[in-house]
Amino acid sequence: MSVLLLAELDNGALSASTARVAAAAAQLGPVDLLVAGPRAAADQAATIAGIAKVIHAKEAVLADGLATLLAGLAEAYTVIAAAASTTGKDVMPRLAAKLDVQPVTDIVAIEGATRFVRPIYAGNALETVTDLQAKHVLTFRPSAFRPAASGNAAPIEALDADIVSAARFIAAHRTESDIPDLSTAQIVVGGGVSVGSAEGFKLVEALGRTLGAAIGATRAAVDAGYAPNDWQVGQTGKIIAPDLYIAVGISGALQHLAGIQGAKKIIAINTDAEAPIVKIADVALIGDLFDILPKLTAELEKSGLKR
Amino acid sequence: MKILVAVKRVVDHNVRIRVRPDGTGVETTGVRMSMNPFCKHAVEAAVQMAEAGHTEEVVIVSIGPKPANDVILTALAMGAHRGVLIETDQALETLAIAKLLAKVVDEEKPDLVLLGKQAVDDDSNHVGQMLAALTDRPQATFASAIKLAGDELEVTREVDSGRETIAIPLPAIVTADLRLNTPRNAALPMVMKARAKPLAIRPASELGVDLAPRLKVEKVSPPAERSAGRAVNSVAELAAIIADDVNAMEAI
Ligand SMILES: Cc1cc2nc3c(=O)[nH]c(=O)nc-3n(C[C@H](O)[C@H](O)[C@H](O)COP(=O)(O)OP(=O)(O)OC[C@H]3O[C@@H](n4cnc5c(N)ncnc54)[C@H](O)[C@@H]3O)c2cc1C
Repeated sequence: MSVLLLAELDNGALSASTARVAAAAAQLGPVDLLVAGPRAAADQAATIAGIAKVIHAKEAVLADGLATLLAGLAEAYTVIAAAASTTGKDVMPRLAAKLDVQPVTDIVAIEGATRFVRPIYAGNALETVTDLQAKHVLTFRPSAFRPAASGNAAPIEALDADIVSAARFIAAHRTESDIPDLSTAQIVVGGGVSVGSAEGFKLVEALGRTLGAAIGATRAAVDAGYAPNDWQVGQTGKIIAPDLYIAVGISGALQHLAGIQGAKKIIAINTDAEAPIVKIADVALIGDLFDILPKLTAELEKSGLKR
Repeated sequence: MKILVAVKRVVDHNVRIRVRPDGTGVETTGVRMSMNPFCKHAVEAAVQMAEAGHTEEVVIVSIGPKPANDVILTALAMGAHRGVLIETDQALETLAIAKLLAKVVDEEKPDLVLLGKQAVDDDSNHVGQMLAALTDRPQATFASAIKLAGDELEVTREVDSGRETIAIPLPAIVTADLRLNTPRNAALPMVMKARAKPLAIRPASELGVDLAPRLKVEKVSPPAERSAGRAVNSVAELAAIIADDVNAMEAI
């Protein structure tokens, strides 16, 4: 099976999840990686292990243009795949319908060439499907796969297609910060609405900074304006699988838990010993976050972490 | 302007679902059902556009078994004008749903189709995008703000890097995210009035769409259970655990 994989870009730079979905795609066959962005991103993509060829196209970010671009290349491939990111979610179903294919999305495990596992009901059930179609349109959850190694030097082929879109890009409102990428972070500190204010949320961010962690938030915290929308973790936000997740003042609603099921270890800080998050946490400290967080951050600062 | 809103009846989002012991699926008999939350935001957006005078008619369409009438009634009670149920007892894949909706779009010729970005049962997040492809219309998914500007829509989308604003010419397809608005709870008189609004029922088989599944569901299983670990009693104890974990992590 030959695979065409859409590289995941963030503001023109190759994103960390590309190497993860490349590892997933490589389980299905030789992978050609489509980079619709700057040449530097294509150069970096060519170093990912398992990539047979990088196809470098003009920059495209809008769904209709990207779907048309992929559709133009689709004939030569059995599998067309992408990350289950907001780009992949936007583009791949559109492409699938163009090709008259039922897509299989959010894949968390590959059990055979055409057999895939995907979560449903906010991760409260796992569905195993066999894709009986001749062509497959797939998206993979980056957090469910380990990244492919680097060191490759795949050839780069330029594709001179013009990308047309009926939609027009007006502006990006990016959350700029120097904290690690949430979807691929090794440590995540998450804050809930009980921090009470954007100021209160800073306590969560301070602990995160000490640990070199990414920051997550509940929908309630984002709705309240304490954290930006792209920090939301859960059914409608990001799916994370860190080695360590520290949930601060978070109840553990099933829609939030949907985003953290892949976490290796969960630590909960909560006033309520009966909170659902405490019931599934590996370690819990029952108490007031306003009292605990400053002390915890100071204690960890003192301990001289190896990071 | 005419707006078509597609709504889905799903297991209520507050229900803790149970996977059937025989692995054939999720138990849905005797379980509370309601309108998919994302669809509610789509209906609210359409009704608000009607209230602002931008829209003459809001048509609701749902695909599902007869009881899906209930979610159409909910949308009519929120202020939509008329409903269509495409009736089928079969569980349909998203491509078949999109093809049925494309037929409805063909008949109704709405300027705008609004849908929820995903349904909380299968979490697919496909149908709006597929409908856009099948009707060759531009799409704006995961909308948290919609503004009508002439014959264009300016839509702010929630994306992995934050938010972005794009413009799409009408006719178009937009899928709603949860921060788009706060859906109203229809007052009782509106619920009574909804029953008098037109609601057509048509068998899905009548629309000439191939509804056969493309995927074979092998099994549905519960995820690995997590159980409670231990409680610690002091900040110092917790700090020591975190420090040990962090220092033991291999760098990636
Ligand atoms: C369709 C749908 C999709 C959704 N998607 C998501 C999603 O993707 N992500 C998400 O997070 N949510 C999502 N939600 C919302 C979810 O259902 C919950 O409402 C939300 O996760 C709750 O956030 P929270 O834990 O911050 O707040 P709450 O549930 O209010 O919990 C606050 C917690 O803080 C504790 N607390 C209070 N004061 C203190 C203190 N001083 N110190 C320590 N602890 C304290 C309380 O004991 C409680 O456990 C979704 C909901 C729906 C309907």
